[in-house]
Amino acid sequence: MIEIRDLKKKYPSGQEALKGVNLEVHNNEVIALIGPSGAGKSTLIRCINRLVEPTSGQVLIDGKDITSLNTSELRKQRKKIGMIFQEYALVDRLTVMENVLSGRLGYTGFWKSLFRKFPSEDISKAYALLERVGLSDYVDSRADQLSGGQRQRVGIARALMQDPTLLLVDEPTASLDPKTSRQVMRLIIELVQEHKLACIINIHDVILAKQFAQRIIGLQAGQVVYEGKSDDLDTNVLTKIYGEEDWNVKKKDSNSDDSEEDDAQDIFSLGEK
Amino acid sequence: MPLVKKNDVLEWKRRTPRQTLTRFILLLVAIVAVLVSWSFISAETTWEFVKDAPRQIQDFLSRMFPPDIKYFGKILPALWDTITISVFGTGIAVVLSFFLAILAAKNTSPHPAVRLVVLTIIVASRSVNSMIWAMILVQLVGPGLFASILAIAVRSLGMVSKLFYEAIEEIDKEPIEAITATGASKLQIFVYGYLPQLLPTFIGTAVYRWENNIRESTIIGIVGGGGIGLLLNSAINLLAWNKVLSVLMSILATVVFAEYVSARVRKALS
Amino acid sequence: METQKTWKKKPRIKNVFLRYGLLVLILAYLIIAGSEINIDPARIAKGWSRMGSLFSGFFHPDFSSRGKYIVIGVFESLTMTILSSLLSTFLSIPIALGSSRNLVPKWVYLICRTLLMLIRSFHAVVMGIIFVIMFGYGPFAGVITLMLNSIGFIGKLLAEDIENISSEQIEAIKATGANWFQVVAYGVWPQISTRFIGLSIYRADISFRQSTVIGIVGAGGIGTVLNTAMNRYDYNTAGAILLVIIVLVLVTEYISSNVRRRIV
Repeated sequence: MIEIRDLKKKYPSGQEALKGVNLEVHNNEVIALIGPSGAGKSTLIRCINRLVEPTSGQVLIDGKDITSLNTSELRKQRKKIGMIFQEYALVDRLTVMENVLSGRLGYTGFWKSLFRKFPSEDISKAYALLERVGLSDYVDSRADQLSGGQRQRVGIARALMQDPTLLLVDEPTASLDPKTSRQVMRLIIELVQEHKLACIINIHDVILAKQFAQRIIGLQAGQVVYEGKSDDLDTNVLTKIYGEEDWNVKKKDSNSDDSEEDDAQDIFSLGEK
Repeated sequence: MPLVKKNDVLEWKRRTPRQTLTRFILLLVAIVAVLVSWSFISAETTWEFVKDAPRQIQDFLSRMFPPDIKYFGKILPALWDTITISVFGTGIAVVLSFFLAILAAKNTSPHPAVRLVVLTIIVASRSVNSMIWAMILVQLVGPGLFASILAIAVRSLGMVSKLFYEAIEEIDKEPIEAITATGASKLQIFVYGYLPQLLPTFIGTAVYRWENNIRESTIIGIVGGGGIGLLLNSAINLLAWNKVLSVLMSILATVVFAEYVSARVRKALS
Repeated sequence: METQKTWKKKPRIKNVFLRYGLLVLILAYLIIAGSEINIDPARIAKGWSRMGSLFSGFFHPDFSSRGKYIVIGVFESLTMTILSSLLSTFLSIPIALGSSRNLVPKWVYLICRTLLMLIRSFHAVVMGIIFVIMFGYGPFAGVITLMLNSIGFIGKLLAEDIENISSEQIEAIKATGANWFQVVAYGVWPQISTRFIGLSIYRADISFRQSTVIGIVGAGGIGTVLNTAMNRYDYNTAGAILLVIIVLVLVTEYISSNVRRRIV
């Protein structure tokens, strides 16, 4: 259970990325954060594991306030929070196996990790995960030799290596083609269900959000402007989140002369097939 | 390339009048600088020596051949010392640069004040030639291999650190974020996030620097002591030109060998 | 399928003997060579006592008592740099063209490349020693040294650029029936001129740095003055000269990188 209370973030440049966000995520729940670029989605997600230090407010995970932790307590907490990135964020020159094992760094001592001496449970877990994401043949390949979809699978395996209770996912599909995007999203959701995780997904793609998340949070200019079940997401809501003008631009793109409602319906039905 | 109006006729000119003027002034400055330099240097030159040079060169060349083969018995130990100077000088510089670069790079430096101090050290080390460092170090530790090694190390320190810290500043930040997010400690983040990205650049820089240092090591001994440079100097002072040729030949061979090794290693890295 | 429980990073060198053999060889070299480095604690202790006066010299630089020589030395270094850069700029073009495989017959290429390799293998100071014997002490030997060194530098890098230029443009010019010089002037030169100017300026910057050391072997420049000061244990003057060198090197580096940026 994650509770975010009045979370604010102001960057040194003066930009106010978050202006008091309140949010709850329950166990086993997948929520999607949608909103225009620059709405603060990435900042919000990074405030949860403090890759970005919040300016004020609280992030409570199972009642414990993340924002008040000292460095070593924070590291302990981070172990339990897996993260998946837009550009995969793999270490290119390390092998797939090393990248996956790096998910265990929080659990492993410095010297052991330096000489790649991970416990055998970790190794067999890594093999199992790599098999689960379909990369058994690439264990000793270097990460930069893989395709985008494969790289993201490595990223997923790395996040799950941490035995997380919460999964933060930042634009997992923005660098992938539509087909691979759906495969990757499906994989993430399956794994989240298998491991009974809470999951927050930042996502640009409204269709994918609607299809894969149970609940949708709309963020705009650093504030939550919508919160509701994914089935309730309609054009009015999108207008609210993305703004009238933006939404109209989107509509024109879909080269249809029908009414707003029908047009939007079209987009959504795509996602439900 | 503008069209210029002249006597009511459009004429194609390569440059505008203004460009022509700037070029003219620059040219004038250059000519004056060259003339001044020439008259200055010519005044400082003993022209009798220069006029005599062609005959002298002929004389040297005739006395260079055949090279003194026996002298190689002395050359080989000196070459060994030269290589020692380059290897240890480069090694010390690379190890220290590793830490200096971490302190100097914007994204890893612990404090702006530390960064400023380290950057000053880097600049000072880079701007002074290793020969000059050798002159200073000889007074501190006495002539010998040690002084020469230190001189090479001090000079390379700035050169290598600069390339190292630039590499650290250009690092891809996403993997660092990802490793941080796993709950890794600072050292683990460095080993898993930074090091794999940096190592190829570091090794390439080190090897390239070593190749340069071999050349420097052939002469550093003249001031610092040790190595082939000392031998060359004494052979020339004795006007033993056949020995000079042997020394030059061995320097050539060493440098070509070093270039080959360095090229091979850098190719293997890419 | 039973999942594996062990994993080892694949070693970079697969052959076990080669891998450990190399390691042993390197270690053996380091130990043998390292043991030959004589570190004489007594001498260093003596040197450390000098450290104080050395440092105080650098922090209390004396510009005045040998000021005249410093000014002459700096002027000499500058004029040596200017003259040698000018000469090498002109002389490096023919040797660069001759060292480009795509422009000249093989025998010309081999001769020019060998020449370049010879020049490049010898440090400026080695050349300095020889030219001082030939032309006598003073900046003339320095100019020749710096010039040859620059030719080696510009020649090699320029030749690499010429070998990498687009052959289509050359063929187009050749197709018009142009002779070799016209091909170079219209097909090659436009493609490398910017880079050539950049290289020349960069090299002038390096030449200035070298001009500060070849004086140590008598080839003129500020190095001569520094050498004298150090030999006399006149650390205050040496400190002043070092400061002058550092400042001038930084200034020339700044100018050179700015000019190069403007050109590109």
